[in-house]
Amino acid sequence: MAKELNGRAPDAGTPLLEVKDLEVVYKTDENVIHAVNGISFSLNERETIGLVGETGAGKSTTALSILRLLPERTGHITNGEILFRGENLLKKNPAEIRLVRGAEISIIFQDPMTALNPVLTVGSQVRESLEIHNYDNKSHEELDARVDELFNLVGIPADRKKEYPHQFSGGMKQRIVIAIALACQPQLLIADEPTTALDVTIQAQVLMLMEELKKKLGTSMIMITHDLGVVAETCDKVAVMYAGEIVEYGSLKDIFSGEKHHPYTVGLFQAIPNLDVKTDRLQPIDGLMPDPAALPPGCKFSPRCPHCTEQCRSGIPSLYENEGHRIFCNLYAERE
Amino acid sequence: MDNLIKTLELKKYFNVGGGRQLHAVDGINIEIPRGKTLGVVGESGCGKSTLGRVMMGLLPATSGQILFEDKDIVSCSKREFQKVRREVQMIFQDPYSSLDPRLSVYELIAEPLIMNHVCKNKKEELSRVRELMETVGLAERFINSYPHELDGGRRQRIGVARALALNPKFIVCDEPVSALDVSIQAQILNLLMDMQRDKGLTYMFITHNLSVVKHISDSIMVMYLGQCVEIASSDELFANPLHPYTRALLDAIPRPTLEGNRNRKLLRGEVFSPIDPAPGCRFAGRCEFCRPECQGQNIELVDMGDGHKVACTLCYK
Repeated sequence: MAKELNGRAPDAGTPLLEVKDLEVVYKTDENVIHAVNGISFSLNERETIGLVGETGAGKSTTALSILRLLPERTGHITNGEILFRGENLLKKNPAEIRLVRGAEISIIFQDPMTALNPVLTVGSQVRESLEIHNYDNKSHEELDARVDELFNLVGIPADRKKEYPHQFSGGMKQRIVIAIALACQPQLLIADEPTTALDVTIQAQVLMLMEELKKKLGTSMIMITHDLGVVAETCDKVAVMYAGEIVEYGSLKDIFSGEKHHPYTVGLFQAIPNLDVKTDRLQPIDGLMPDPAALPPGCKFSPRCPHCTEQCRSGIPSLYENEGHRIFCNLYAERE
Repeated sequence: MDNLIKTLELKKYFNVGGGRQLHAVDGINIEIPRGKTLGVVGESGCGKSTLGRVMMGLLPATSGQILFEDKDIVSCSKREFQKVRREVQMIFQDPYSSLDPRLSVYELIAEPLIMNHVCKNKKEELSRVRELMETVGLAERFINSYPHELDGGRRQRIGVARALALNPKFIVCDEPVSALDVSIQAQILNLLMDMQRDKGLTYMFITHNLSVVKHISDSIMVMYLGQCVEIASSDELFANPLHPYTRALLDAIPRPTLEGNRNRKLLRGEVFSPIDPAPGCRFAGRCEFCRPECQGQNIELVDMGDGHKVACTLCYK
């Protein structure tokens, strides 16, 4: 428990999860799509990292790579390492990865409406992962008791476990998905847009529930979202992703109140209507996300960047680093 | 005031079998002045989209009146309604499923023009389509593209162009930006506001995103289970929310700041069934201030001054 949270401290041991230079491509008949282009981040125990970015930034692909759930024929991890407690998940064979999946690392999918099997009762779906990972041969009754316990944990009366998914509302379904994810007390929970499909009041309930459970069970979390409000509320660290790269990485404070930012991060903040300040016109980011099959050379954001120079278009952007706050942009490095 | 569109006790009930009825829209009175925007907010299932569809004439109203330029469009004949139909248009939520995938951009935008025999010949039609594409910021090179070749923002621009094709006066925007990324969302919101400024359009803007609604609306109506619980000007509603539901809704927005409200009050429970609801406040089951007088009688909207109306027993004098 007394483990130092700062991963840079020498005595902190290995971090729970370390992603190093991960590269993922989707190969189709026509072209090769570069979905993730060399991202690295690490996560310590009891920490939450937020992966932020727009559609196509490679957030979900990163999550699927960690669990080795990429579509078999098209998705390929071409480079990099994913170290979970020092072990490389990419070196494991299918039987070994199944022991990790659901038990040590689990995932909450975006859409609770489609993540559950409509023809099985919710109780049996929660029970499924318990049965698969039942290594100490718990009895039937013990498993039943654990299912009841999980339902109570997420705030659903246990006598509803014999009902089917369509009998629950969206928020309730998402709680069931959370119960499934937490069934085996994983060390790492990946939440892929867990509240995007929900209403604000229900979103607040679900976020609060996840926060409580994180405290109670000591789980680490990867929070994938495009909502900066959700990030501010749940995360310790933030990685802003754009076109398969992390363009800015730092603590919550670095991203939300730091002075220096990547131009894309600035654009993201300016594009959301502010509730507290009256603005007449929003400032959208000009242009569009580049085609992942034909990424620009140099900085991927350069075609949309207001500060773009010749250097940005041709070469890989330089790194500015200040106490763990990393920005991949020529704007700051030049002046150092 | 010059109201372009006005509803009186508008109701829409759906039969759900067994003689039971789902009260999707239950006695809504709204007035939208010409050139202004009314935002309609509420959780999914509160009837906001149904309200939009009823006002468009896409669903027949059960009872009540919709006065468009002082003419009732609920009771008028089909032929009379067809004249009004051109004046009221809709922008749909999902630009991925609301466009026919087999039509090109040109055909999609020309469709309303052809249906209503607006253009005399092909040449006029082409120039009108080009003009519309320019208005909504679609480059001319996309004129022969198909929807699947375009991204969400551009598709939604086609939706806007289709709605504008017949020079309408009133547009219902049903969650036009909720399927889009934030940077694209800002582009579409700016486009809608520019259109309003240039053409004097009147909008009803349906959304569940409160920061968007505050940005675009002049006044806001908060709906809960088919009823209006609070209506006020945009600034007033955010500065001084009176109904407990409105407060909870505003409180639940995650804010992108470090001082965000990490320990907020939570609403207990979830929306209950709108099928044959008992008289009384429909929010009572989730309300922390619920009192005996909240149940058994219908709660009327009370004017608290300056057009700020609330339906809550706490505000009864």
